[in-house]
Amino acid sequence: MASNEEILAGLAEIVNEETGLATDAVELDKSFTEDLDIDSISMMTIVVNAEEKFGVRIPDEEVKNLKTVGDAVNFISNAQA
Amino acid sequence: MARKVVITGLGATTPIGGDVPTMWKNALKGVSGAHTLEDEWVAKYDLPVHFAARCSTPALEVLSRVEAKRMDPSTQFGVIAAREAWADSGITEIDHDRLAVAFATGIGGVWTLLDAWDTLREKGPRRVLPMTVPMLMPNGVAAAVSLDLGARAGAHTPVSACASGTEAMHLGLELIRSGKADVVVCGGAEAAIHPMPLAAFSSMQALSRRNDDPEHASRPYDRDRDGFVMGEGAGALVLEAEEHAIARGARIYAELAGTSVTADAYHITAPDPEGLGATRALKAAMFDGRIQAEDVVHVNAHATSTPVGDKPEYTALRAALGAHVDNVAVSATKSQMGHLLGASGAVEAVLTVLAVYERQAPLTINLENQDPEIPLDVVTSARKLPAGDIVALSNSFGFGGHNAVIAVRNV
Repeated sequence: MASNEEILAGLAEIVNEETGLATDAVELDKSFTEDLDIDSISMMTIVVNAEEKFGVRIPDEEVKNLKTVGDAVNFISNAQA
Repeated sequence: MARKVVITGLGATTPIGGDVPTMWKNALKGVSGAHTLEDEWVAKYDLPVHFAARCSTPALEVLSRVEAKRMDPSTQFGVIAAREAWADSGITEIDHDRLAVAFATGIGGVWTLLDAWDTLREKGPRRVLPMTVPMLMPNGVAAAVSLDLGARAGAHTPVSACASGTEAMHLGLELIRSGKADVVVCGGAEAAIHPMPLAAFSSMQALSRRNDDPEHASRPYDRDRDGFVMGEGAGALVLEAEEHAIARGARIYAELAGTSVTADAYHITAPDPEGLGATRALKAAMFDGRIQAEDVVHVNAHATSTPVGDKPEYTALRAALGAHVDNVAVSATKSQMGHLLGASGAVEAVLTVLAVYERQAPLTINLENQDPEIPLDVVTSARKLPAGDIVALSNSFGFGGHNAVIAVRNV
């Protein structure tokens, strides 16, 4: 079980690996598409890497609901519970 | 009168140099880019061939990690070469609707394809990367170069095995002559030093097995040649309508005077032993460029170092150039960098343009006992090309019976 802070840090690493964005740019209120300029292909790669890292499953139909980094942290946190 | 097409930019990343100046310096010195492969998969699969000619500068030393992630290795090489050629052309302003790309590959994204297949089998479909298809598609290189340079007059991918890079030059010339573009970034890229293509080329007895001496394995025209050496990399050239180049005061390396493409329709892999298709290609390129046999001073030969391939090319050269073939300085540069498959024609086009521009022929190495059936004047030591008006030819032939020739003239 990871804390929300640990999930955020882990997600930031995944986003950095995929896009080169600095990890501290990945904040809870940031929108993946609007603020971080992440396209749908990168988003799917991030989702799959997050699934592996946190041992959860994020269904394809759920991905469109993950608009902000905070949405993703909450989803992963709940899925781990 | 057709528009005249000139070459104003050159780029390359090869086993004997990660950029054009390094490659050219080594090509005149005579070095081998072939080395023993240290990869664990050589022993794991018990490959019959243990060596290849890798790019001397890894792509990740040039591209950023994130940039490279979305490109197959072949596309990485292509983009590196295209960027160098573009910078070398000095073009700063252009009508992007008049800029095209003709960038070839022989095999395409074979690493991406096979990595994805491994991932599917080992980890399941969810782990197959969403970028897999755009990375493995053969037009991936042309598309990436088009995206990188903002080329909107079409991004083309001629595919004709080992003739692909030269066919890209042919297409580029046609695009400018026909008025569809003013500038075309042409090239070829390949990255197939992977166990599967090595196994497949070995199965067809195409690769040299000189495992204990890789540096001397690629030996075109030598009596003891036993196959080609797999290489990788990319070459790129900026073709430009002459009036466009003159208007911007460009440095012009040479004219792309003529090109041609023919097909043997003889056998899927074996060259026509009489070299008829290659002869027609040579004659057609010379006709296209209004070139007489006596104008030709240099040939960058296809010459892969296979027992069956080198001789028909000689037959074709003699048929096309007649007795004048004895006066022509022939370079077999695959002796140095191995066979870059779909990239070879583009890299050899760069070398041919530089030979005309610098009036110096690149070296052929490893020629110890010249095959008596191939009595060409092979360049094995420093050789100046004559002053005055000169023409150089570059040949490429590919599985499928593809023949492509370009003719380069000084300006």
